Amino acid sequence: MSSITTILLIPGLPLLAFLMLGIFGNSSSWLKNLAGIIATTFMAISCLLSVQTAINYFVTADLAEKGFAPIILFKYNWLSFGSGVSIDMGALLDPISAMMLVVVTFISLMVHVFSLGYMKGEERFATYYAFLGLFTFSMLGLILSSNIFQIYIFWELVGVSSFLLIGYYFAKPSAVAAAKKAFIVTRFADLGFLIGILTLGFYGESFDFQTLIQRFTDHQSPQFLAISAASFMGITALSWGLMLVFMGGAGKSAMFPLHIWLPDAMEGPTPVSALIHAATMVVAGVYLVARLFPIFAISDQAALDVVAFIGILSALFAAIIAFTQTDIKRVLAFSTMSQIGFMMFALGVSNYGGENGAGFSASLFHLFTHAFFKSLLFLGAGAIIHMVHSNNMDDMGGLRKHMPITHISFLIACLAISGIPPFAGFFSKEAILHAAHASSPITYYLALFTSMLTAFYMFRLYFNIFWSSEAKPMHNAHGEGTWSMKIPLIILGLLSIVVGFIPFSHYVSSDGKSLETHLDLMFSILPVSLAAAGILFAAYLYKNKNEKPAQIAQNLGGIFSLVKQKFYIDEIYLFITHKIIFNLIGRPAAWIDKHIVDGFYTLTATTTEEFSSTIKGWQSGNLQSYALYFLASVLGLAILIIYALI
Amino acid sequence: MPIGLTHVIILSTALFFIGVYGFFTRRNLITILMSIELMLNSVNINFVAFNKYLYPQNIDGIFFSIFIITIAAAEAAVAIAIIINLYRSHNSIDVEEANEMKY
Repeated sequence: MSSITTILLIPGLPLLAFLMLGIFGNSSSWLKNLAGIIATTFMAISCLLSVQTAINYFVTADLAEKGFAPIILFKYNWLSFGSGVSIDMGALLDPISAMMLVVVTFISLMVHVFSLGYMKGEERFATYYAFLGLFTFSMLGLILSSNIFQIYIFWELVGVSSFLLIGYYFAKPSAVAAAKKAFIVTRFADLGFLIGILTLGFYGESFDFQTLIQRFTDHQSPQFLAISAASFMGITALSWGLMLVFMGGAGKSAMFPLHIWLPDAMEGPTPVSALIHAATMVVAGVYLVARLFPIFAISDQAALDVVAFIGILSALFAAIIAFTQTDIKRVLAFSTMSQIGFMMFALGVSNYGGENGAGFSASLFHLFTHAFFKSLLFLGAGAIIHMVHSNNMDDMGGLRKHMPITHISFLIACLAISGIPPFAGFFSKEAILHAAHASSPITYYLALFTSMLTAFYMFRLYFNIFWSSEAKPMHNAHGEGTWSMKIPLIILGLLSIVVGFIPFSHYVSSDGKSLETHLDLMFSILPVSLAAAGILFAAYLYKNKNEKPAQIAQNLGGIFSLVKQKFYIDEIYLFITHKIIFNLIGRPAAWIDKHIVDGFYTLTATTTEEFSSTIKGWQSGNLQSYALYFLASVLGLAILIIYALI
Repeated sequence: MPIGLTHVIILSTALFFIGVYGFFTRRNLITILMSIELMLNSVNINFVAFNKYLYPQNIDGIFFSIFIITIAAAEAAVAIAIIINLYRSHNSIDVEEANEMKY
């Protein structure tokens, strides 16, 4: 099979599943019953094709000698604006997109399989799978985009499928509110993204990634000189463009301060959280920055510093909040935000090319490993919620005896995210810490501290769920769950152990040339021992139910409640939107619309109506009054002619 | 005193306004029709009078008055037909009864 057919089939199959199940899924009953099987089969084929494509790209071609060059598989001129500016639909295969293809299709396949058991018996079972198909299609389209405008189109499609899936339980008001919030916040960020795209496209005279990168990294090109010369508020147009594009990425990736939608997005079905809000969609921002990385690194160090700053800030901020949350999915959501912060931060401290680009590889390596263990954590949480019928940590405890498979896989994922060797997270986190170490001591210690916090809150979660003491008699009727739920947990658990051993930087690096991974054992001692300390401290506090955590919370007093309320960021947003924007802009605008714009039209309508109802009486149907008007008019005309005109 | 143009015009004006008065005050359609005939005849008198006193060499005025008499006859026939139909549908020839055609 030619590679173009393959690359079209990879996103095409989920799209086909979406169309089939979306259109016919609810009208034909056999399709409804088979929806899960059909969608999963399609997804499995798509996943196999992705793996084959990635292997072809990385292994069989002898690209490794001269570095992995990007390949444009096809490019179709979709909308042309003349003079070389066009929106193309194309497929770009390079190390990061090949890697992402595998991650997205694989995690999506796992989620499809898991949902067979988890979503069984749902009223809108076929619709659920249709939405999953739409999401996977859009995400794959986003990954393969060769054009910044194409990525924007798929970016929005991903946003809308996320909206649909968060609001899947639309009978629940909280789910509807969460879906709306996610959509509005990311849309707001995407406004920045669009302006950024237009800025870059305007000066770069192209929307094509490769052309843009080539023009903006060549400091002699006319486009680069033009965009560097133009400035607004003392910042060059290039920085504006890149920072606005990053704003779009930060919105999708839930970076501070645009993170507020992610915790609420947990209202969606748990497998959806595993797919969209942990492993794939939320890393789209990292992917976007990685796509444009040469421009950031070579031409605009300041914008990259912003990325690094936002990254480390979000990582630390989310880790602190994760301490205090009791909803297990929200703990995981904040942990996701924290880990994505790490990825952004690693990109931010990286340079372009060679060993200096280690941060780039580290970031994408972390993206890669994080996808496995975080989707595992979410699917595990799904299994737990399936059993306990509650999201709340306080309703759990002592589950290790009842759900052995979930317990072991969850433990593996927790160890992986904490950075304990030999689990996957260890390798990627080490790489990030290395990059941070090479950058500056402050960032290094902040990253180290955050990674210790990660270990602590993850094990707080783990001990509270699986150890502690049994909170109340639980719903045991269906045991741990069906095999379709256990198998993905087992596979992901195994992968969370082994994927760290992939020599990732050999394949993915900032300039396409292979980097050798080296593990510095002396360097690893400090982070690993800190992570171990975090775990032991969590074990001390939470392994058995006791009063210590409550006492600590009480001693911290105000600080604890500040953190528990997520630093009141949501309230600040509400204050800004409700009190300031609504009052200063919204209400005056509404008043003008209601009283002046509407008023004008109401006035016109009322005048016409009044006038017509007045003259309507003249049309009396009475012959003699008509004759009277006629006579009066004739006399009037006669008088006019006699006295006025002559 | 010889009868001049002024006398004739006074007569025809009087006749015309008698017709107008009848047209506005009577409710019976036949009477209204008769009032219209009065107005038409006052016009006829005018035509004849102007022809006789101002342009005695021409016969245009007389000509027109003959036309008007002809048309008035036809008009009377049509009007009476309408009145008969109205009577059939309304059982009345009162003009105020026939006021359905309004807003």
